[in-house]
Amino acid sequence: MNPPLLQVEGLVKHYRLPRERLLASPPTVRALEGVSFELGAGRSLGVVGESGSGKSTLARLVMALEPPTAGSVRLDGLALHALPPAALRAARDRMQMVFQDPYGSLDPRRTVLHTVAEPLRVLHGAGPAEQRERAAEVLQAVGLGVQALAKYPHEFSGGQRQRIAIARALITRPKLIVADEPVSALDVSVQAQVLNLMQDLQQRFGLAFLFVSHDLAVVDLVSDEVIVLYQGRIVERGAPDALFRQAAHPYTRALLRAVPRLQPGAPRGRVPAPAPPIEAATAGEGCAFLPRCRLAHERCARERPLLRLLTAPGRTAHAAACHAAEEVAAMPQNA
Amino acid sequence: MSALLDVTDLRVTLRTARGPADALRDVSFSMQRGDTVGLIGESGCGKSITALALMGLLPEAARVSGSIRFDGQELTALDEDALCRLRGSRIGMVFQEPMTALNPLHTIGRQIAEPLRLHRGLGAAAARAEALRLLQRVQLPQAGKRLDAYPHQMSGGQRQRVVIAIALACGPDLLIADEPTTALDVTIQREVLELIGELVAEDGMGLLLISHDLGVMAESVQRMLVMYGGMVVESGPTAEVFGRLAHPYTRGLFAARPQLGMPRGTRLATIPGRVPELADLPAGCPFAERCGHAVDDCRRALPAALPVGAQHLARCIRLEAVAASPA
Repeated sequence: MNPPLLQVEGLVKHYRLPRERLLASPPTVRALEGVSFELGAGRSLGVVGESGSGKSTLARLVMALEPPTAGSVRLDGLALHALPPAALRAARDRMQMVFQDPYGSLDPRRTVLHTVAEPLRVLHGAGPAEQRERAAEVLQAVGLGVQALAKYPHEFSGGQRQRIAIARALITRPKLIVADEPVSALDVSVQAQVLNLMQDLQQRFGLAFLFVSHDLAVVDLVSDEVIVLYQGRIVERGAPDALFRQAAHPYTRALLRAVPRLQPGAPRGRVPAPAPPIEAATAGEGCAFLPRCRLAHERCARERPLLRLLTAPGRTAHAAACHAAEEVAAMPQNA
Repeated sequence: MSALLDVTDLRVTLRTARGPADALRDVSFSMQRGDTVGLIGESGCGKSITALALMGLLPEAARVSGSIRFDGQELTALDEDALCRLRGSRIGMVFQEPMTALNPLHTIGRQIAEPLRLHRGLGAAAARAEALRLLQRVQLPQAGKRLDAYPHQMSGGQRQRVVIAIALACGPDLLIADEPTTALDVTIQREVLELIGELVAEDGMGLLLISHDLGVMAESVQRMLVMYGGMVVESGPTAEVFGRLAHPYTRGLFAARPQLGMPRGTRLATIPGRVPELADLPAGCPFAERCGHAVDDCRRALPAALPVGAQHLARCIRLEAVAASPA
């Protein structure tokens, strides 16, 4: 059997901060603490979590934009972080990235043609004619006309700019697109257009998406499988159905409870406890969610819960890292 | 008793590179002390311009007509000095990005003390004591230690609590919160919205909450105004607006928002086209270009606000056709 398109194993990333005092050892931010998952061709994996949970670090490591402290990322069986530079460059046309802010991610002084064709030029040394032809092709695919080629980013709205960013990602005919909050900066009506477009493109080109978002409803809509990150660890994973309707980790429940509902005056659960200040995650022994957990008991302080399966093993088996996962999953949906 | 805030036919014209543009047209609403009102719309709809107009913070070149009466006083006629005395004392404001709203070079305590010393004439010691009380009121953990902290030492949610403490320092009658939770995580958003709700209820202030998020509106305000193209296209009690979705734009916003539980791959309803540039606003209904119900008459004149329910108004001449179509 072929290996899955993307295999991430034991990914760890620690960042060293500058020293606070001359003689103290520099503090470390543990952005990722051992993350493993697989993503098959043509499928979508959603990554959710709060700021500081490690979602963007994960995206950057999968794209091999920086080296991990430990662990590996394999794309089509190639261990990206172990490849020599030339081979890594050659592998880059299989993976492309779409960023959150379409104002910051497009060079304002370059034409759309220049920006969209850049990956072809840089990775394949494509000539002007080929660049133009392929750029026109991908612009068409994202619903912009050929006349966009000669224009500059400022001539486009936020939603159109995000289409241009998606076109740039498509031009190398990648198998994997890593999208970090691709619709968060867009207005609701435009966000819907871009989400529909991304789903159409996925079907048409058989793309796999690693879709990072803080918006649970967006992730629910686009994902075949979801992982929930908390302080650099996967605390829950599964198909969106199971994950969002029978959440088995108290953190996933807290996220779900916090989502504003569209029923005015509907009763809503109160936030159990104030969030701790965002700071370097500690490498203590117990569960990282303990200070915010309503269901914590004494075992949680002693023993870090490992991610364990709640259903039979399978491609989107439901797993959670909580000692009380079964009890949590059995709670009513809104509790 | 006169209304706390009474806005009548407010029109704001901005000077842009492409000529004068009406950023607001015929905006009217009023609120009493204790009322919570939401302004919702997408970028460029005029919701933030409305807030700036209320605070007297529009760009110099902006032309304002119509009336803004705050507690009986006409704000559009006040000079800058008089506005300065109102801002920060009787009208408090909370902005979207707490990092830019706070001065990175000054301690939290000093920034909270500033309005107290300016508007209430407190001395240094009294202002510091009051600042501590305010930090406790916004439920900042370890408030006493935080007085001498700098903004960069705090998380986004904590900074927003500090901004709220500054806005509340002088006991304002009206709190204007412009996207106060947009830069925050959902869990922190929930905490900050609950905090604002509690504080507003305790003090009996008026709250004008500006947001692009229907969910935030549903949970936080009694009445809402939906804005599009510089106009209020629908307004009414929150439950009525959600129950009826009278205006096609409100309907479009509602349908375009992904909701938990939608099956994988559901196609979202979209509003075709894009938000119009203010300089390009048509003579007729600003939404006509993107509206599936539009007829020629829609493009001729601005629709009037028509009653569709109890205190519920919508600016649309095709209300029946819209109501008859599936939501």
